[in-house]
Amino acid sequence: MNIATIPRRGGTAQRMQVIDPLGDTVFEATIGTLPDLLGPGDVVVVNDAATIPASLRGRIAGHEVEVRLAGPPEHELWPAVLLGAGDWRTDTDRREAPPEVAIGDALVLDDGTVVEIAGIYPLSSRHVALRFPTDLAAAWSTIFRVGRPIQYAYMQRDVLPSEVQTRYAGRPWAVEMPSAGRPIGIDTLVALRRRGVKVVALTHAAGLSATGDAHIDAALPLPERYEIPAETVNAIARAKATGGRVVAVGTSVVRALEASASMHTGRCVAGRGVATIILGPSTRRAVVDAVLAGVHEPGTSHHALLGAFAPPDLLARAHELAVATGLTIHEFGDSTLVLPGAATHHRRAA
Amino acid sequence: MTNQRDVALITGASRGLGFALAQALARCGAKVAMVARDAGVLERAAAEIRREGGTVATIVDDVGDPAAALRIAAQTHALVGAPTLVIHNASTLGAVPLVSLAETDPDAFAATLATNVTGPFALTRALVGSMVLAGRGTIVHISSDAAVEAYPTWGAYGASKAALDHLSRIWAAELAGTGVSVIAVDPGEMATKMHADAVPDADPATLGDPNVVAARIVALVRMGAVPSGARVVAVNVEEAA
Repeated sequence: MNIATIPRRGGTAQRMQVIDPLGDTVFEATIGTLPDLLGPGDVVVVNDAATIPASLRGRIAGHEVEVRLAGPPEHELWPAVLLGAGDWRTDTDRREAPPEVAIGDALVLDDGTVVEIAGIYPLSSRHVALRFPTDLAAAWSTIFRVGRPIQYAYMQRDVLPSEVQTRYAGRPWAVEMPSAGRPIGIDTLVALRRRGVKVVALTHAAGLSATGDAHIDAALPLPERYEIPAETVNAIARAKATGGRVVAVGTSVVRALEASASMHTGRCVAGRGVATIILGPSTRRAVVDAVLAGVHEPGTSHHALLGAFAPPDLLARAHELAVATGLTIHEFGDSTLVLPGAATHHRRAA
Repeated sequence: MTNQRDVALITGASRGLGFALAQALARCGAKVAMVARDAGVLERAAAEIRREGGTVATIVDDVGDPAAALRIAAQTHALVGAPTLVIHNASTLGAVPLVSLAETDPDAFAATLATNVTGPFALTRALVGSMVLAGRGTIVHISSDAAVEAYPTWGAYGASKAALDHLSRIWAAELAGTGVSVIAVDPGEMATKMHADAVPDADPATLGDPNVVAARIVALVRMGAVPSGARVVAVNVEEAA
């Protein structure tokens, strides 16, 4: 499939393939039609995590390394994955290995900051916990000054930190952009609210997609932290009680809501948690009725997640159509909306 | 609107009106992110508020730098939470002593606009989405009577403050109905370092006390009585209330 290789903002004109499992149909629309496809009583849940410029460069014992933060800090320790010399232009599977490290080793960042390897996780010796020499405020400041967005070899140029933020980004928790929400602008947020659609948020620490380390990559996605505010839980409960649909923007939101529900007898509850579940065709969803995501290829974990929302034959038809009409994949690509009943609304609006 | 859960972001917070605002808001129980360029002065200012029991975080940055908005927004969210109040207080006179427009270097003029207009615009842009999502927030632009009166030699500063006033009105128009309000406040002449730089021979006794002005602005925001899009003059606040 075609890859979107240049960053773009998206906006209301962005292409969106709509898959309606209830109407057993697929059609093409734009992000700007989202408010028309939804209605009063529906609730849209976005991931408001800002994206950390999580790729840092430095040296360990004289060896050039790239460090990719794997999530936000916990007790002043930053989870990270070490990669060898080189940068995003080389596929992660072809990157040089970093030097073997031991606890207590020093990582010297390009700006001179000396970071300590404070821990090594059991998954791989490249999966480490970093400790900055300063308090959290100064650590954040360093990361936002020297860090670059994590990006992959299919991109054509360096991506800027501002290009990996959603328009409503809040806490810097994600290390890769919660990209399903990238095309949702302030105008769309406002238009959804005017339509009577409730728009609420949770924060999910969207993690790494690939590292080049066989042990880590086999375990992806790693457990990811999330926090669901009480307001969001209440909005979902109201929608459920009144027949509204719960629309997750992004697979990270599906994961957080379903993880919370799986631990609390089918209802998501407010508070923090860690998402370890992986969703697929056999998943019984407890909370989420619909999902706005990127365009995903069969065989990827994101496409498997769509299998929890639509039957395989419908997804196969959608894929054929996406290829035929040149929809683009990856974080700057086009959108997919799986929404039961979408075709009915679409006809009514048209 | 100010209560225990409020989070304020103030630029130019290490001294003058910005510091007085940070202190006044911290005394009301707000968590405050303080932004300034000079780390030493900022840390001393923050330490003074912490000694009183206030909760503040410091962000060393320059709002005139186009890349600063994202850094400041993200660090504010990370350190003190989602801001409910943003006060664009940082501003520069440009080169002092002040000179006429005819003698003003175009690069210096552009630098003044970068700090006084483009910086606040970019920072609001980086924060406004999360405020719209939350359905609430107040954005305050600290203006000046130089935005309205044509004072000779105050060209770059005056033009920047006039632009800031209009920026404030347009934000307000675009954000109508979102729960986010945007206002401009003219604090009046105050005994601050900036005023001393501009008018070195002014008698401080004739100037406003930044602490008094800050208390008025905090009261104004707290009452929520100023309609979005309005421009108020701080010395008139008590009459208005």
